[in-house]
Amino acid sequence: MKKQLSKHEYQKLVDEKAPGSRYIRNLFTAFITGGAICAVGQAIMMIFKNFGADKETTASATSIIMIFIGAFLTGINIYDEIGKFGGAGASVPITGFSNSIVSPAMEFKKEGHVMGVGAKMFLIAGPVLVYGIFASVVAGLLYFIWKQVM
Amino acid sequence: MAKRLGSQTIVLDKQPVILSGAGIVGKKEGDGPLARYFDDVVDDEYAGEKTFEAAESRILRDTYIKALEKSGKSAKDINIILSGDLLNQCTAASYAFRDVDIPYLGLFGACSTMSESLVIAAMMIDSGSVDYVVCAASSHFCSAERQFRYPLEYGSQRTPTAQWTVTGAGAVILGKEGQGPRITCITPGKIIDEGIKDSNNMGAAMAPAACDTIRNHLIDTGRSVDDFDMILTGDLGKFGSTMLRDLLKRSNIDLKDKHKDCGLLIFDIEKQGVDCGGSGCGCSAVVLSTYILNLFMQGTIKRLLFVATGALLSPTRIQQGETIPGIAHAVLIEA
Repeated sequence: MKKQLSKHEYQKLVDEKAPGSRYIRNLFTAFITGGAICAVGQAIMMIFKNFGADKETTASATSIIMIFIGAFLTGINIYDEIGKFGGAGASVPITGFSNSIVSPAMEFKKEGHVMGVGAKMFLIAGPVLVYGIFASVVAGLLYFIWKQVM
Repeated sequence: MAKRLGSQTIVLDKQPVILSGAGIVGKKEGDGPLARYFDDVVDDEYAGEKTFEAAESRILRDTYIKALEKSGKSAKDINIILSGDLLNQCTAASYAFRDVDIPYLGLFGACSTMSESLVIAAMMIDSGSVDYVVCAASSHFCSAERQFRYPLEYGSQRTPTAQWTVTGAGAVILGKEGQGPRITCITPGKIIDEGIKDSNNMGAAMAPAACDTIRNHLIDTGRSVDDFDMILTGDLGKFGSTMLRDLLKRSNIDLKDKHKDCGLLIFDIEKQGVDCGGSGCGCSAVVLSTYILNLFMQGTIKRLLFVATGALLSPTRIQQGETIPGIAHAVLIEA
């Protein structure tokens, strides 16, 4: 009888044999999807600029419209397909952030508006918000200290 | 009375009979290769209910009613129901059977639930304590996704070793006497944890358990792979099946062409986009209760080792950095 595998050997064997992600394909579809979403954002931005909106208004209006598009496409069951195709290309732009908030809100509606929608809405986006805000506070502090010293 | 054989096998004296079986599935399974064997295909993922959890209970209850109908027995003849599912606190089963007025035991063996229920039911009938038992299990893609993964509308990619939870329920009526294939021998499995942490690779987590149970069944009974028409695992999927073959080879057991996996039978994994195949309690339950019983009826197979496999994990324990324990119970079914 051949020697049985130890735990460590089995994990190594699984890592060796498991089918890997198709990186080249995934990178390509992420590039196409992320690029397309950003191109739409850019187009919206240029339209606002053409109508003579100032820089700040243009930026805010573009974000709001992109968030709406992400939420809308989630609501009509399309954004999950975009995500399946585009991977990180669909989740990194602001539309993906919108999708990560709207999808649990839809999913947990059955558990009520407080403990369902309210409590579960930030299930996926929560950590992004927590560490995003934390990182911005740290950056702000460093900037403040830098200015005092210089 | 039943007799212990070797380290963990039990040979049954009364040999309970599988009187009938029924399986109801969702749309995706209904589009798969086993479509013509199912008793019903429910196109609506809510099955007419308000939530996915209620839909799963509904499908399970309808499956039980169908199996009962086909057995020619009435609810009064049934002494006990043994059923389980993947939802927290096994609620798909308990809500499915809350109105049937029959004693009920809820089981949790993750995706091995169907063989767990057969193992227990067979021993109960063998002991003479019950005459007719319902063994059933269910799962629902949508209720499992929301409990174990992400919301349905969240846009994410699945890893290549991921498996697709089957929407469906399978039920069989087991009796002390009647026409049908018999359960002659059972091998309850041990919990085997080989340290796999990736909850998207449950095939690899369960393969060592399947290997252990199959090997011990063969050792205990003195049989070889050639003595079976089929060795049917629950939901190892494509990758888990590869690992099972590899592990058994190391014990000098060659599965040859005898091995089939319910997770690979229920879907066309190339065409249906389910990565490594189907999974969930419903997967092995449905395949056994429909397709496999049909093979027995037609006389295509005469001796089957049914080894449903389960990954006994919870999202909480995985987030805490724990590994995934696997389990597999073997049930020998003979014509």
